[in-house]
Amino acid sequence: MTMKTYRQALHDTLRAEMLRDENVFLMGEEIGVFEGSYKITAGLLAEFGDQRVKDTPIAEEGFTGAAIGAAMLGLRPVVEIMTINFSLLALDQIVNHAAKIYGMFGGQAKVPLVIRTPGGGGQQLGATHSQNIELYYAFVPGMKVVAPSTPADAKALLLAAIRDDDPVLFLENLALYNTKGDVPDDDTPAEIGRAKVSREGHDLTLIGYSRMAYIAKNVADALAESEGLDIEVIDLMSLRPLDRDTLIASVKKTHAAVVLEDDWLTYGIGAEIAASISDGAFDYLDAPVRRVAMAEVPMPYSKVLESAAMPTNDDVITAIFQTLEAVGRRLKKVGQSHD
Amino acid sequence: MIEIKMPRLSDTMEEGAIASWHKHPGDRIEIGDVLVEIETDKATMDYEAYEAGTLSQILVDEGATVTIGTPIAVLDNGKDTPAPAAPATAVAPAPPVVVAPAPAATVALTHATTSRAPLPHHSGSDGLFASPLVRRLARDHDLDLSHVRGSGPGGRIIRADLDGLLSEPAAPVVTRHVARPVVATGPIVDEKKASQEVPVTKTRRIIARRLSDSAQSIPHFYVTAVADAETLMAMRADLNTLADAQGDPKISVNDLIIRAVALALREHPDVNASYVGDESAVMLVHNRVNIGVAVASQHGLVVPVIMDADAKTVAELGVEAKALANQANGKGLSLEQMSGGTFTISNLGMFGVEEFTAIINPPEGAILAVGTTSREPVVVGDDVVAHYRVRFTLSADHRIIDGALAAQFLRTLTALIEHPWRIVAAQ
Repeated sequence: MTMKTYRQALHDTLRAEMLRDENVFLMGEEIGVFEGSYKITAGLLAEFGDQRVKDTPIAEEGFTGAAIGAAMLGLRPVVEIMTINFSLLALDQIVNHAAKIYGMFGGQAKVPLVIRTPGGGGQQLGATHSQNIELYYAFVPGMKVVAPSTPADAKALLLAAIRDDDPVLFLENLALYNTKGDVPDDDTPAEIGRAKVSREGHDLTLIGYSRMAYIAKNVADALAESEGLDIEVIDLMSLRPLDRDTLIASVKKTHAAVVLEDDWLTYGIGAEIAASISDGAFDYLDAPVRRVAMAEVPMPYSKVLESAAMPTNDDVITAIFQTLEAVGRRLKKVGQSHD
Repeated sequence: MIEIKMPRLSDTMEEGAIASWHKHPGDRIEIGDVLVEIETDKATMDYEAYEAGTLSQILVDEGATVTIGTPIAVLDNGKDTPAPAAPATAVAPAPPVVVAPAPAATVALTHATTSRAPLPHHSGSDGLFASPLVRRLARDHDLDLSHVRGSGPGGRIIRADLDGLLSEPAAPVVTRHVARPVVATGPIVDEKKASQEVPVTKTRRIIARRLSDSAQSIPHFYVTAVADAETLMAMRADLNTLADAQGDPKISVNDLIIRAVALALREHPDVNASYVGDESAVMLVHNRVNIGVAVASQHGLVVPVIMDADAKTVAELGVEAKALANQANGKGLSLEQMSGGTFTISNLGMFGVEEFTAIINPPEGAILAVGTTSREPVVVGDDVVAHYRVRFTLSADHRIIDGALAAQFLRTLTALIEHPWRIVAAQ
């Protein structure tokens, strides 16, 4: 085990995979000379040269399409799209080509493509640069979408994504890059499509992914200490395929669930989770599944409004308390923030 | 308008018969008035009005049997919200109800509250407002939710409200009786045998079903013992001479045997037990010794229960057993008087029966069949002498009671009968 940041875990894994497999190469805006907007690719151009670390024009559709072609011909491109907001420009390439080529053409070509891209608000980047639209890709059969919340999972899932023969959207998060954690030294990939119970408990199932899985774990740990609550936390890790079995098994045990998401509530990933729980664990629910999500507005630029729009620890605690009270737990109200 | 439905009046009740209507269409009804007498699998009980109004319609005639929940009458309470059979309010969300912070367990299990219909604000297709988890548990454990008060939002019944029901050890909540349809067998009168059709009473039907279930589902085994009752008979004669002199009621052999059995059960609590079910991880061992005494009443076989029989004196047991038997033959026993048994004694000694075997009265774990106490030749030393002897056979549920345990229980019982002063002297 080595303690490192999420950012460092991503960097080290990219480098290790490039060393392991010469077919792995990187493409993206400012990833070479500038070493990446978030410095994930720092030092890699110098080490591997410009055949393996390609700076691209500001043309998402073009370089994503080029990467798909490279993948079809046997390379393993890892594309960085600076933020997930810019992936909209490549939406047709991803949805209509990367996700469909294998199925539409009788399996003649696989598309072992990884698109690394961060989501997340809270950086005062305005409405067009602060979105969480991974749902657009999780919606599409043929895609895989993974979303690690810890440095260890970032490594394990990036290993799995690069070695997977299907196109994988690898969701990072601006707020997680500097978080730290123990990272295993071996290179065992995660299983894509498997959620993780990051905290075991009996009182309630708290479900999240990416930044909200991180918040879920912190809130559950804090409530265990302050209120003696025994909350089970599930980190989805993979949005497609979705590990419904783990969710259902947990809710069968706890009889209540709260789902956290950084995107908008309406038609969101939380709705899919709630429906899956209703499908698989209806007879075990003692209260309705509750969702916590962002306000239904384009993200404001003002810091105050941006903070108000994003789901906070207090929002999560309130939803947990409401759900526990609905199943008969009497709790004292927590006033202070656990931020 | 309020629909009055066939209530669930006992744990094992699946259907009830209208014995007699005390009110008739047009009658003014006050809360607490006896509306109807309902015959259940165990007893005939008065069913009281829980709301005032005018009885507008009787839907089920006297003598007819309907399943629990079937509307039996319509009460006009002055409000013209119709209460048709089709649940018009099925999809309407429950209006918010302020729920006082109550302790988690607000389950009322008393029979008094059983006759209260679901609260009107509990909307839902069956008039109940319960979480899916609660509905599943109610199905699995055969619970009646109609008298459970919901403490969740809007009065929703939540898991916490079932705490009392699910942990109630005496209530056989996990027993689940599969309703057996009455099979029409066509004309069965046989001219050759000169058969005639005699109606099978509801009590008889219940006896038939329960005993069939018991005999078919419980692996019975039987252990017989014989006790020398010479001293017991002498002691009884002595006690009754004194009782006569003081004008007290006489003591019967059966009273002494009830007390002896109660003491033996206290010594072997594993016989005072119930098998809960194949899905259950536990069996129930009962701390109270409540002995049912089978009575062949003129209304059929009934089993009144003497609660805490081990804590009562022989004289007390005698008075209580006699009163229960008299009541069984007279106005009949209440449900309360026939509930809560942990062990049953069936005594056919008064008919001169030497010995017999009985079928277990579920959910109890065993039953004792007691034969007559009569004089027979016994070898004492080198002589053959006449002694009183009594034979008794324990029928035990082999799922929870093994042969050795049954034998130990009978050894204790035999020793008590052969040293009868211990029956009287034991605390």
